[in-house]
Amino acid sequence: MGKRMLQDPDQPGLPAAVFNRRIFLGAGAVALGSLGLAACGGSSSSSSSGGSSGGNATGPVTFGSNASDEVPKKAFEATFAAYKTSGGGDVKVNTVDHNTFQEQINNYLQGRPDDVFTWFAGYRMRFFAKKGLVGDVSDVWEKIGGGFTDAIKTASTGEDGKQYFVPLYNYPWAVHYRKSVFEANGFQPPTTLDEMVTLGQQMKKKGLAPLAFADKDGWPAMGTFDYLNMRINGYDFHINLMAGKEAWDSPKVATVFDTWKRLLEISQPNSLGRTWQEAAQTVAQKKAGMYLLGTFVGQQFTGADKDDLTFFPFPEVDSSVGADAVEAPIDGFMMAKRPKNADGAKNLLEFLGSAKAENSYLATDSNDVAVHKDADTSKYNALQKQASELISNAKSISQFLDRDADPTFASTVAIPAFQSFIKNPADAASIAKNMEAQKKSIYQS
Amino acid sequence: MAVSTTGVPTGAPAPDVPTRKGKRSAHRWTRRDRVVLALMIGVPTLISVALVWVPALSSVALSFTRWDGIGLDSIQWIGLRNYREIFTIYPPFYPALWHNLIWLLFFLLVPTPIGLFLAVLLDRELRFTRVYQSLIFLPVVLSLAIVGFIWQLMYSTDQGLINAVLDKFGVAPIDWLGNPSLNLWAVLIAASWRHVGYMMILYLAGLKSVDPALKEAAAIDGASDWQAFRYVVFPALRPINIVVLVITVIESLRAFDLVYVINGGRNGLELLSVLVTQNIIGEASRIGYGSAIATIMLVISTVFIVIYTLNIFREERR
Amino acid sequence: MTAVQTPRQAEQGSARVERRRRPVTRGRILLHVFLVITSLVFLFPLLYSVYTSLRPYAETAKYGYFSLPRALTFANYAHAWQQSRVLHFLVNTLIIVVPSLLLILLLSSFVAFGLARFGVRGGKWLLIMFTAGNLLPQQILLTPLYQAYRLWDDQNWVVEHQAFIYDTYWGVIAIHVAFQIGFCTFVLTNYMQTLPHELTEAALVDGAGAWRQYWTITMPLCRPPLAALATLEFTWIYNDFLWALVLMNTGDKRPITSALNNLRGEFFTDNNLLAAGSVIIVLPTVLVFVLLQKQFVGGLTLGANKG
Repeated sequence: MGKRMLQDPDQPGLPAAVFNRRIFLGAGAVALGSLGLAACGGSSSSSSSGGSSGGNATGPVTFGSNASDEVPKKAFEATFAAYKTSGGGDVKVNTVDHNTFQEQINNYLQGRPDDVFTWFAGYRMRFFAKKGLVGDVSDVWEKIGGGFTDAIKTASTGEDGKQYFVPLYNYPWAVHYRKSVFEANGFQPPTTLDEMVTLGQQMKKKGLAPLAFADKDGWPAMGTFDYLNMRINGYDFHINLMAGKEAWDSPKVATVFDTWKRLLEISQPNSLGRTWQEAAQTVAQKKAGMYLLGTFVGQQFTGADKDDLTFFPFPEVDSSVGADAVEAPIDGFMMAKRPKNADGAKNLLEFLGSAKAENSYLATDSNDVAVHKDADTSKYNALQKQASELISNAKSISQFLDRDADPTFASTVAIPAFQSFIKNPADAASIAKNMEAQKKSIYQS
Repeated sequence: MAVSTTGVPTGAPAPDVPTRKGKRSAHRWTRRDRVVLALMIGVPTLISVALVWVPALSSVALSFTRWDGIGLDSIQWIGLRNYREIFTIYPPFYPALWHNLIWLLFFLLVPTPIGLFLAVLLDRELRFTRVYQSLIFLPVVLSLAIVGFIWQLMYSTDQGLINAVLDKFGVAPIDWLGNPSLNLWAVLIAASWRHVGYMMILYLAGLKSVDPALKEAAAIDGASDWQAFRYVVFPALRPINIVVLVITVIESLRAFDLVYVINGGRNGLELLSVLVTQNIIGEASRIGYGSAIATIMLVISTVFIVIYTLNIFREERR
Repeated sequence: MTAVQTPRQAEQGSARVERRRRPVTRGRILLHVFLVITSLVFLFPLLYSVYTSLRPYAETAKYGYFSLPRALTFANYAHAWQQSRVLHFLVNTLIIVVPSLLLILLLSSFVAFGLARFGVRGGKWLLIMFTAGNLLPQQILLTPLYQAYRLWDDQNWVVEHQAFIYDTYWGVIAIHVAFQIGFCTFVLTNYMQTLPHELTEAALVDGAGAWRQYWTITMPLCRPPLAALATLEFTWIYNDFLWALVLMNTGDKRPITSALNNLRGEFFTDNNLLAAGSVIIVLPTVLVFVLLQKQFVGGLTLGANKG
């Protein structure tokens, strides 16, 4: 290591005038300024140089997409091709990989977001609307509103009563299983939780892991919590809990954790080291019997296995509450607050909110279900038909914990708390107490 | 600096030779020279201050606020509350501190001595020494995200190599990455895989600067290899040991990519850097909170930077 | 830099003579065996990944990853190349790495020159400031930097829709430069201090100004550390992903470290494909390392040990 780092600073020689700070700063400012000018010329710039407001309804529109997987990406390409043939303009797609897009959403929206971009319904959407980061699309809804149920319209509405979101599709969470496995063993889909636990014991005897379970990524466990909470305490309590209006250390939530303990007894062990894809593989390989997940689990099944896949709705726990609440997250689009091409963006959103757009999307990506009343359901596969029915018969729809609750709470509190619970179910009380303390700190405003 | 016991002048001027002082006063500095020098030092300094130090200090300032990162007008001053909450109701904090400490101790006790050992072995006229060095150093060139992926191929519960091999011996699959008592050690092995090469190269450099005359003198005095190492070479490695210590500490504090890639830094893999990231990047937006954790990291780093700085000054004075 | 023979050169001289005389003892053979085994152990994880990348997905799905190959294929590479658009992202990375590298070396040599050859009041503190800046964790800079970049652009957003610094390559280059200057300044300062002053004295007598001394005399002598630093910085900047993640918006402009994410599907992860993608991505750094290995090792040692 350099022993003798520098000259002795006390030597005479250079006059003090050289180190007049002003020279430094002045010179530095000039340099930085020139760097900035270079940036001006050298950086890549926006696609259209159209006027700042208004824009051209058939002009190019930029589209921010988190659909980095091959199938959804192609589906969007098909949809935009349909847009063009029905008189729309070019859509320039900016694809960011799925996780990064979500992780960067705060920065993205404050920076220079694309005119239209993919996002989700729920608190997350309302949060950005309240912050004034996304554009009001109520005028688009006036044209497309007729194609959607009230529930969907509510899910697309911000706290101020204006719409900010245009839906594309949704998909339910349910308990999936392989028909052949159930038939071979004479199992029946359960309708109550007690029946499901009993079924689980039977499966164990046959050497099957009853409930596949994976929580390495942290969010899958939220599905279980949400359903248990809705089945035990009702939909309204659940939504209030998500909104921070109910306490996590209340006896009602304690009941949820207690019930979850029963399910943990029949769930796959070592869930924290397993990804949901791996868990789905165990169902496909007939090593596990049932799996509570969104219908996207179908992507892990190929060929004949896929036809064998079906689901039953999450069973009821309390007969006075019933089982008519369904967790069905909605994916769709939002508009930037100050889009470069506002008219074009609204034109595109009007198209995307139509049955035609949903049809062309789902023709390529058949893992989800349309939300438009007039969407063509004739080409649905069996799983889609089931999903569509489940959702349309639902009395209330929830969006999933990380979309319904404050995102900071969901990712920094709920995920680790649920993981701790799964590791040590006996600690439920102290975990809940800590969740409440953190919730109070996060939800103030 | 080459340690010389015989007083033979080495390539560089000794620290306290005054000749340069005397010679310097004979120079005349033109105005142009002064401006050039001012720019040459000033521009990089400005860039460094503007893009590194100002943000760093801003983060410290932000740690006393409550802010969701959207709109400067929503910054709320709340004093020490973030710190209070971090120390009292934030479950991952103490585990993260503990894990960073384990990381540091592990690095100091395992890959660093191994690196030293390999350096000693390779610091001799050996055929293929370059080849060995390259192969051992190769992991250092890889990005940590890729290191994470490579080791997940080994550690995965259902599809990993290790469990597949164990399965052939009839051992049940072990949840390397999901079991919180195991996963930190599994990750440390992956991180050490990389750290050994780095330490080896640093020690090779240090060993090269140890005057062979010392070793010869020790050999003449009848010392064994180990004695020579322990009493002669190792003390002479003091400067490089300081560098190794500082680098190891900083790397342990900054450890991030590997655990982030594996499971987002949860469930036994909490680390301070990950906690910061979880609060400021991503779906969460607790900028003040995250900045407070980052400030804590900064304070810990500063302690070591100060040690390093004091050491430089001490070396100078010698 | 050959005016004075360093102890190392002296040692090499004598050792070269010695080597011819050194017999192949059993100790030597054991040493080699040990080193070969160690090297293979270190290489193993990488070799296993390459092996995985050469196997078709259907085969590993059926037989598991720990199995003998029935067929080896380059299909994963072709697929990875296409799907992750490696070439495109590689170009992005080069757009970031090359200017950053040049600027870092230039600017840090400026400072090193000023500090090492001319002495500056408080220069010691300046050097410490630079070096400490490089030791900071990246996370502490993220939010303020992002906000600063965004604010800088905000002035122009409404009028021009033009980015000056956020979501631009220059923005990412700027932070790389600022962050890495510390280490390079440290190394170059140390190195320049070892250059004999007789050369600059001669130049001064000839009337050379500061700039000429720098450009025509000092810099050419600094080729070894510059080469070493270039290879090191290439690796470090190439492997970074955090800055581009936070300071860029457009998926298509991000560097190659993001390309791996494009292969990692939201719903479906093909490990063989990812392995192939990883191998493709590490190839440039491995190549640079192998080609410039001597300088690489030299670079780290220069930073650690002035000598």
